[in-house]
Amino acid sequence: MSELLQFLFSGLTVGAVYALVALGFTIIYNASDVVNFAQGEFVMLGGMVTWFAHAAGLPLPLAALVAILATAALGVAINKLAIEPARGAPVVSLIIITIGASVFLQGAAQLVFDKQIHSFPAFSGDTPLRIGGATIQPQSLWVIGGALVVFAGLWLFFTRTLLGRAVLATSNNRLAAQLVGINTNFVMTLSFALSAGIGALAGVLATPITLTAYSVGIGFALKGFAGAMLGGMGNPKGALAGGFLIGLIEALTAGYLSSTYKEAAAFVVILLVLFFMPQGLFGRKSTERV
Amino acid sequence: MPRLSAKSATLLVLAALIAVTPFFFPSGYYYRVGALIFVNGLAVTGIVILTGYAGQISLGHAGFAGIGGYACALAPTHLGLHPSLAVVLGAVISGVLAYLVGRPILRLKGYYLAVATLGFGILVAMVLNNERQLTGGPDGIAVPELGLRGLLKDWGLDLTNGQFWYFFCGIVLLIGAWIALNLYQSPSGRALRALHGSEIAAGTVGIDVARVKLQAFVISAVYASVAGSLVALQNKFITPDVAGFMHSIEMVTMAVLGGAGSVLGAIFGAGILTLLPQVLTVFAEYEQLVLGLVMMLVMIFLREGLLPSVLRKLRGRGE
Repeated sequence: MSELLQFLFSGLTVGAVYALVALGFTIIYNASDVVNFAQGEFVMLGGMVTWFAHAAGLPLPLAALVAILATAALGVAINKLAIEPARGAPVVSLIIITIGASVFLQGAAQLVFDKQIHSFPAFSGDTPLRIGGATIQPQSLWVIGGALVVFAGLWLFFTRTLLGRAVLATSNNRLAAQLVGINTNFVMTLSFALSAGIGALAGVLATPITLTAYSVGIGFALKGFAGAMLGGMGNPKGALAGGFLIGLIEALTAGYLSSTYKEAAAFVVILLVLFFMPQGLFGRKSTERV
Repeated sequence: MPRLSAKSATLLVLAALIAVTPFFFPSGYYYRVGALIFVNGLAVTGIVILTGYAGQISLGHAGFAGIGGYACALAPTHLGLHPSLAVVLGAVISGVLAYLVGRPILRLKGYYLAVATLGFGILVAMVLNNERQLTGGPDGIAVPELGLRGLLKDWGLDLTNGQFWYFFCGIVLLIGAWIALNLYQSPSGRALRALHGSEIAAGTVGIDVARVKLQAFVISAVYASVAGSLVALQNKFITPDVAGFMHSIEMVTMAVLGGAGSVLGAIFGAGILTLLPQVLTVFAEYEQLVLGLVMMLVMIFLREGLLPSVLRKLRGRGE
């Protein structure tokens, strides 16, 4: 029993990271119908920039803030320089552009930072807490709490603020949103900044547990996408639930089946979802206007 | 003078390039580089069918190359197959896997194939890295000799190893290009191009969209598999890198750089990106940076790819 609890704890921890990545996917997907494959690189940058700034002498909280702001700025730059110019391009072109951005950021991180694996100290020490015969790292609570706070913040933003509603309006119908006076370009900028910032935050929170390196982004992107898809593409509630589920499935696979192939769990989930319920847990069936 | 069809013109240009270039080789080493270009060109021709014709994208085609390569390493020792039959076995396994993976996914659109193939490629690389007892793990594994060069020697045609692989891969590339060009003009090819334009419109005129996409996916997987086999046989060695994510990205980049809609363009793209690391030794360090940049820039500024864009410019000036 305590073994199962232990697996659940580690599943919830990684699941929270995937949920944050999935939320990042969802924000950009809703605003622009683009699936941003560079989403995982934001997580990588959050971790790497924080490590780098911390190693350069900044205190950890400040280093984390720098990392989040820098990554958000980079997200905006990607939108302005690579995605806006290709507006209206076929889906395949947009996939190639965002994958290109992802590969580019990996290459840049290799050169600017290095190819080593890095970490920085956990925020509240390393003394594990004992709960019901299992242990959990204080940092895990940071990660899980972070995902929940971000979700709650997004929910408030999208339902209670004018700006948030403007984003929703843009995702519903861009032209109509423009007609009622919404600055849709600003909405796009905001969405990319928000999404990149959330990705970076995930990297900051997770690095003391999962460690970071220039190449970790693509795995986060794959699993975050699996979570977003499991929950139903474009649905924030679904992204949160889907991300946590992917983490749990992965941890249980590692615990009971094979730790070598835990990475395969996300892929199997993708295939099963595509096979049996392409609209995901919370999604609606999508139709395309011709 | 009757105008050459685009198909014959492409094949003639390709055959001429393969036959004539060796006269300009400063050393035997360039046969190796040439053979590598042809193998990459073959894999990329498969991408042309999938991406250029059908408008679908795979981010895991290196997985199929890995299957083709490891089939040549494992089937001869474990099943006693001749290496040439191992190539066929690899192609069959790749085709069947592509069918099984593609069938549920290709009913859907766009992003789903990209993500599922991305996961598939990573999965193949993971198996090759982890099943040490069978695959030798990250260190790689030896691949037996194809034996065709010895056979040719018995028949009086004595080629160096480099020369043999240069011409052998060149001929396989020609065959691959010929098949792809024939497909382009066939009813299946027209169906593929129709759904590239609009899946809904293609469905409305009676094209079984999912089936046609699946065909393109399976065919392109077989191309990648055969290319992987040829690399393994030529090097007599293979590592899991052949199935790695970056190799998949290389294939896509080669295709879109040269022009995913045209066989010759894509092979041209394969040529450029294969030569680049040979010319620039520092390239290895910047490889990801450059590949990523090329992908973004081509899609923003030259969506048709380098060769078709240049040809259009030239033609526009001539008339």
